Amino acid sequence: MPPLFPERASTIAARVDALYFFLLAIAIFFGLLIAGLIVYYAVKFHRRSPSAVGARIHGGMVLEVTWTVVPLLITMVIFVWGASVYFAMAHPPDETLNIYVVGKQWMWKFQHLDGQREINELHVPVGRAVKLITTSEDVIHDFFVPAFRVKADVLPGRYVTIWFQPTRPGRYHLFCAEYCGTRHSGMIGEVVVMEPNEYETWLSGGAAEGSLASAGAKLFQDLACNTCHRPDAQGRGPMLEGLFGKTVTLQSGETVTVDEAYVRESILTPSAKITAGFQPIMPTFQGLVTEEQLLALIEYVKSLQAQPQVTAK
Amino acid sequence: MSTVLLPPRHYLNDGYGVRSWLLTRDHKRIALLYLAGVTFFFFIGGAMAVLIRLELATPPGDLVTDETYNKLFTMHGVMMVFFFLIPVIPSVLGNFLVPIMIGAKDLAFPKINLLSWYIYVVGGLFTLYALISGGLDTGWTFYTPFSTVASTTNVIPAALGIFITGFSSILTGLNFIVTIHRMRAPGMTWFRMPLFLWSTYATSLINVLGTPVIAITILLVAAERVFHFGFFNPAVGGDPVLFQHLFWFYSHPAVYIMVLPAMGVVSELVAAGCRKPVFGYSFVAFASLAIAVLGFLVWGHHMFVAGESVYSALIFSILSFLVAIPSAVKVFNWTATMYQGAVSWETPMLYAYGFIGLFTIGGLTGLFLAAIGVDVHVTDTYFIIAHFHYIMVGGTIMGYLGGLHYWWPKMSGRLYNEGLAKLSAGIIFIGFNLTFFPQFVVGYLGMPRRYHAYPPEFQVLNVLSSAGASILGVGYLIPMVYLMWSLRYGRLAGSNPWGAVGLEWTTSSPPPTENFTETPRVTWDAYEYPASVETDVA
Ligand code: HEC
Ligand SMILES: [Cu+2]
Ligand SMILES: [Cu+2]
Repeated sequence: MPPLFPERASTIAARVDALYFFLLAIAIFFGLLIAGLIVYYAVKFHRRSPSAVGARIHGGMVLEVTWTVVPLLITMVIFVWGASVYFAMAHPPDETLNIYVVGKQWMWKFQHLDGQREINELHVPVGRAVKLITTSEDVIHDFFVPAFRVKADVLPGRYVTIWFQPTRPGRYHLFCAEYCGTRHSGMIGEVVVMEPNEYETWLSGGAAEGSLASAGAKLFQDLACNTCHRPDAQGRGPMLEGLFGKTVTLQSGETVTVDEAYVRESILTPSAKITAGFQPIMPTFQGLVTEEQLLALIEYVKSLQAQPQVTAK
Repeated sequence: MSTVLLPPRHYLNDGYGVRSWLLTRDHKRIALLYLAGVTFFFFIGGAMAVLIRLELATPPGDLVTDETYNKLFTMHGVMMVFFFLIPVIPSVLGNFLVPIMIGAKDLAFPKINLLSWYIYVVGGLFTLYALISGGLDTGWTFYTPFSTVASTTNVIPAALGIFITGFSSILTGLNFIVTIHRMRAPGMTWFRMPLFLWSTYATSLINVLGTPVIAITILLVAAERVFHFGFFNPAVGGDPVLFQHLFWFYSHPAVYIMVLPAMGVVSELVAAGCRKPVFGYSFVAFASLAIAVLGFLVWGHHMFVAGESVYSALIFSILSFLVAIPSAVKVFNWTATMYQGAVSWETPMLYAYGFIGLFTIGGLTGLFLAAIGVDVHVTDTYFIIAHFHYIMVGGTIMGYLGGLHYWWPKMSGRLYNEGLAKLSAGIIFIGFNLTFFPQFVVGYLGMPRRYHAYPPEFQVLNVLSSAGASILGVGYLIPMVYLMWSLRYGRLAGSNPWGAVGLEWTTSSPPPTENFTETPRVTWDAYEYPASVETDVA
């Protein structure tokens, strides 16, 4: 017997399913009500003679109000319920295991903070909240793990975060759910949920390259960012230490919070937002860095905190 | 019962040559021209659906290549949405009925009406050219930046075809709006109009207001492809999600362009099938307008997982629930109409039952999608496919076929074979449910849409769906046969074979070119039945 219901392997899955069953109950009730009435009336009031005519009933206010207000109330309950589940999906907890994801035609690339890279397979530990920071190299893709009931479009030029907390070890389907060209249905993979100790073993297994932040540090030198951005506030560019998560005032007087998107923009289109007190001399790195290198740089900037590595594992 | 004769002079014998058809300004003949057009595109779109279902009968992509598969579902969507579902009821039934139902001789702008058909045909041929000369693989949704940067297929010819066809929708909509405002017969007040006209009117409003937006969007896509502007391509400063806003700003209301006319048809079928007034006439009428207005405010529900902010998602969610209410009101009113009716079991009424049942399932599963927490899981899966086919195929096509059977005697002057008609209605109903119901299940399981190959555990449900599709295909072919047959051999219908009220049943079948020998004066409300009726069937 093939499965008729998806596995449930994340904390949010049970909440999604609960609402789903509520909706199913409502749908079955109203579906049977309408179908039952139609069949009943069709039989009971079946036209008996060719000249027969129906009763002259034009309507009824009480009924109209009832079947406007009752569905309205029911839908408002569903709305609130659906919104609360969605809120939980949209807001990751503070403590998360962060992993970067890059989608491209037609594969998924994963970059762990410790340096491991994977393609079309993602290893995560059971019981911990995992936050994916995703972007695309080309067109729109969509990260979908049915067993977790999570899905989000992975957009080029933007960072979309997705989070989930696996509850059961196992291997689960990962699908690209946004049509992305020829081999869209081949853009699939697996999420491997492991017991924490197995996960630790797995982590220590691969990755000779060192952490993602250290790769970023190397790039920071190779691309000569460090000629302008220096740790001693003497450079021609702003000091990046402790910058991530802070609020920066721009020349225009506006303020922005420094997040992944802002760092990305600062590197690719520095002229878009000029930091107050500095000259627009930073060159653009558009076309010189790949999406993955950008992520390494971002992770490096993140690591330049007063207390390094707070969000990292 | 008196013997029925064909009227000596009617719109079908008013000229026989090719010119008399291709240069006609008679709305009834133009309706038949459209009938030929939409049927042609329906069978092209249907043939692609057959190939899609054949491919999906087995998990690996083994029948066609992935590239071909992508082109198949794209052209299936493009053909069905833009060249069948959107025009079908307004252009065929609407064209035939709007003037007759208000007691007018023709539409307000008969030449523009003919022009609309030509525009439709040219747009269709352009798109067909795109299809034959290499195909299109963007999906009917043309999402950027795939369509503007990555796809190497015929995006521009196909986009041009759709762009052109849009003008035929706009012109037809304009024609209906003006006609309904200006050309009603004496005594035909707004609230005496058949409900089909209310929904046609609401649809026309959407057509006139919404179509320009999709036209502009398509132009932007073409411009970005040709001149590499940065509207949607993030690599040059564009925003890919902006496209989705523009696209759905039209394409959500387009759902109502497709289904509102069918709702109008069903109101007529239910009234005639029960021989009594539609329960809550004004509620049903205003529900159409409410749907048309609210329909413009819910496009964001297609984008809950597309990087939309949490707060806009909440607003689009609540508005989507609101737009469900008028549809629910209609379903309740139709059902209530049957109470103490003289309820018929003839073919048009069978389609009405089918419509109400399937549309109800489509509408109720819409609630799953408006609930954001559940939508996140089911969007972009087969759940969505099932949901909108329940609305588009279960709703629009059931409504259309019901209307076609109901007014066929008026259009052709003859009756079709009732036994075959009932049989095929049954086959369609069963085939439809077998095709699309399993897709809800496989969708919740997580099978994404637009997949050429899929994991083996989804196979059983896909085989059921493919089996249903073949039954459905047969169901659609049978009416083609007996309707054509009836044109020559069917019994004569007489002016009012159903014993229905409504101006169209007061004139001969087929009607004269000018519709009425004398302009009618209306002194009664819609669906006002006398104490008993007489049908005149030979
Ligand atoms: C030629 C000197 C120069 C180089 C080289 C340079 N930058 Fe900058 N950078 C600046 C200046 C000046 C600013 C502030 C003005 C602005 O916002 O453009 C800045 C701003 C930034 C900011 C925003 C900081 C804030 O406080 O708002 C980030 C992040 C950044 N640079 C990262 C980098 C990275 C990463 C590299 C290397 C890939 C780099 N920069 C290379 C001069 C430079
Ligand atoms: Cu994809
Ligand atoms: Cu919509």
